[in-house]
Amino acid sequence: MRLHLKIWRQAGPDAAGRLVDYVADRISPDMSFLEMLDVVNEALIRNGEDAIAFDSDCREGICGMCSLVVNGVPHGPDRGTTVCQLHMRRFKDGDTITVEPWRAKAFPVMKDLVVDRSAFDRIIAAGGYISVNVGGAPDGNAIPVPKEIADVAMDSAACIGCGACVAACKNASAHLFMSAKISQLALLPQGRAERYRRVLSMIDQADAEGFGSCSNEGECEAVCPKEIPISNIARMTREYVKALWAAGR
Amino acid sequence: MTLDGQVPSGSIGDKWDRHKFEMKLVNPANKRKFTVIVVGTGLAGASAAASLGELGYQVLNFCIQDSPRRAHSIAAQGGINAAKNYQNDGDSIYRLFYDTVKGGDYRSREANVYRLAQLSVNIIDQCVAQGVPFAREYGGLLDNRSFGGAQVSRTFYARGQTGQQLLLGAYQSLMRQVHQRTVRLFTRREMLDLVLVDGKTRGIVCRNLMTGAIERHAADAVILATGGYGTLYYLSTNAVNSNVTASWRAHKRGALFANPCFTQIHPTCIPVTGEHQSKLTLMSESLRNDGRVWVPKKQGDKRPPEQIPEDERDYYLERKYPSFGNLVPRDVASRNAKQVCDDGRGVGDSGLAVYLDFRDAIQRLGVGTIEEKYGNLFHMYKKITDEDAYRVPMRIYPAIHYTMGGLWVDYNLMSNVPGLHVLGEANFSDHGANRLGASALMQGLADGYFVIPYTIGHYLAGAMLPKVTMDHDAFKESSDRVQRHINRLLSVKGARGVREIHRELGRIMWDHVGMSRSEQSLRRALSEIPKLRDEFWHNVSVPGSPDNLNQSLEYAGRVADYLEFAELLTLDALERRESCGGHFREESQTPDGEALRDDANYTYVAAWEFTGVGSAPIVHKEPLNFEEVHPTQRSYK
Repeated sequence: MRLHLKIWRQAGPDAAGRLVDYVADRISPDMSFLEMLDVVNEALIRNGEDAIAFDSDCREGICGMCSLVVNGVPHGPDRGTTVCQLHMRRFKDGDTITVEPWRAKAFPVMKDLVVDRSAFDRIIAAGGYISVNVGGAPDGNAIPVPKEIADVAMDSAACIGCGACVAACKNASAHLFMSAKISQLALLPQGRAERYRRVLSMIDQADAEGFGSCSNEGECEAVCPKEIPISNIARMTREYVKALWAAGR
Repeated sequence: MTLDGQVPSGSIGDKWDRHKFEMKLVNPANKRKFTVIVVGTGLAGASAAASLGELGYQVLNFCIQDSPRRAHSIAAQGGINAAKNYQNDGDSIYRLFYDTVKGGDYRSREANVYRLAQLSVNIIDQCVAQGVPFAREYGGLLDNRSFGGAQVSRTFYARGQTGQQLLLGAYQSLMRQVHQRTVRLFTRREMLDLVLVDGKTRGIVCRNLMTGAIERHAADAVILATGGYGTLYYLSTNAVNSNVTASWRAHKRGALFANPCFTQIHPTCIPVTGEHQSKLTLMSESLRNDGRVWVPKKQGDKRPPEQIPEDERDYYLERKYPSFGNLVPRDVASRNAKQVCDDGRGVGDSGLAVYLDFRDAIQRLGVGTIEEKYGNLFHMYKKITDEDAYRVPMRIYPAIHYTMGGLWVDYNLMSNVPGLHVLGEANFSDHGANRLGASALMQGLADGYFVIPYTIGHYLAGAMLPKVTMDHDAFKESSDRVQRHINRLLSVKGARGVREIHRELGRIMWDHVGMSRSEQSLRRALSEIPKLRDEFWHNVSVPGSPDNLNQSLEYAGRVADYLEFAELLTLDALERRESCGGHFREESQTPDGEALRDDANYTYVAAWEFTGVGSAPIVHKEPLNFEEVHPTQRSYK
């Protein structure tokens, strides 16, 4: 396969960026999208040119590091798939493909296709945990958790923190990301003790980071590589309202 | 140098309790006066940083990724072992200990393994309390499965994402400490040197991967939890950025590297499709609980699997190992896959694959049950291969997965360099020559949550640690060395990309130091590696500048280290003229082709001392004593 690529190049956080044309030649349909970019980069390096910077690590869809907008869609055209698991058989010979970074005020571009997602870490730091120190935990079977509840909590816990939800949202909202963690911990009995404190702190932090609000478009759910449902956002909103009442805010 | 493992005296069951009492303590009010550097944020690193933060130490925590949650522990699928005996099937701490020592082919340190089995039960409790959504039964209690050759059900799991959920639990505890300001996080930093002052570890030098700045960080102790070196082989199941650099640079400063030849080849990976491939994807071996492994009986049988009648299929693991069947340990399953493929009975276009067939399990349990157990794995398989494993058998082949070797540590997880501690996959201690399934997560978390919080206090309370500042000559010497190395990489300006050279190194290692090793193949690798290293330093092309994000430069540094480390691994494999665990020497096998250990000559840990690049390292031997589990030839028949 031969493909025409339009790739976002930006030298640094404060530099202006632009789309640059490249040709990817002799691409096998069995390659992943990132392996296709590896091939383009190898050719650039052989010519002594600066390689295209992009993030990836596990390349099996679980670490959440890869983060490319392909033809306007975060992680590209396949549903429930990170871009590292997107394969070139999804494209046709001669296609033109545009590759851009996540775009959101809270995720500044660092270089080319690499963005800074530390805002997500700060949201978790604000309350996305159960406050237990190592040492005093009761037996793992001390508190039974109904299977149905454990399964829904696991559905929410599957979030990989990639940020595609933010990149897809016209408001750059982090609601799907936050609500997945808030749901998981609010559903489990272990997380109930600090459920209200948690939802208030995390939402306050997201506001401070510059993420927008939710207007129920559902774009986040559509691009989520782990297909986290937006019912999590509804659950988070209920938690939030209850927490506001409880706090008298 | 005499290697003292510092194993406490007393009976195996009492050693850790007694040692915990005998170790020195740091007064609660004094803990904040000590700074501890933790490099790595996987299960071992994140759990260590969080626990030390909870105790009140000042912790500096480093990772190469953009977030601590991305560490490669996240990709572990299958599960975590614990001797809870919740299933009433005869499990116990002693049995987990016994299985792990035996599974490691009698090349691990007994006392460490016993402690690991003891702590396994606490890990599950801790993770449940953190909100890890383990699989549950309808009654609400924790579910278990049998995994990777165990004859009891002691594996806890969270669908096929156990590593992810355990890591996120540790990550959340870590972020809580970041919020409380006991831990300072340094993401996108790569450790490039260890700094010693008066013979003690006092800090690190790292590169800020965003700005290129060379940074100095001082501390009273350093903990490396930087994972394994599987990407030496280029293709492996490891994340593409996993590397040996932190361990190797520490080795070059004096830390001994133990048993580097003990590499684990995982039997159930998706086969290679072509030159472009950047990594191999593991299918959790939990699949072997329900899938049956087979190849055609006839050589070169290219019929599609559904057209091969039952009596023309060779379920070779069930045939050769009737009591363990498809659940034989990883090394045995891998070697047998290689044998049937070498025999011309491999399947798929390349002939380098065997079938893993779910037909019978689907008939017995229904598609729904199989989907619930393995849905995400089948989905991943479909994404990569474009095939539906509910209808046609999966094709699998072995790939490098885990490395049992690592920096030498004593019972306190401290290396021979005072103050340098090593946890998780980066150390060598618990898995011997072969790691059992669902034991890596257990070790990472045991080290971080339950061992290092005690042993680091013992070190800090007993060591004389005058204040060291970052303008000390040792820091200057170290950052100059790092800077020179970077300049050297950028100044070659040759014609070959780093990836191309790495691929070539991987091919040498896989072909000659892979699943099956011989005197001849190892000597060949030892002659080819230095030539390739020479080629790298004369002809590599590393574009870009040192003062900003430069992924080509990062990669070049890691491959440069691998080109040195590869030689040590191969030498270790050459010197160990026995087959054990993941290390199979063709000269040492039984008449029916099974691995043959040589306990009389090789019951020791080979810990190597660096003497210079291209110069012969010195081996130090720690004898292994088996007082509880007496070595027998492993048999899974």
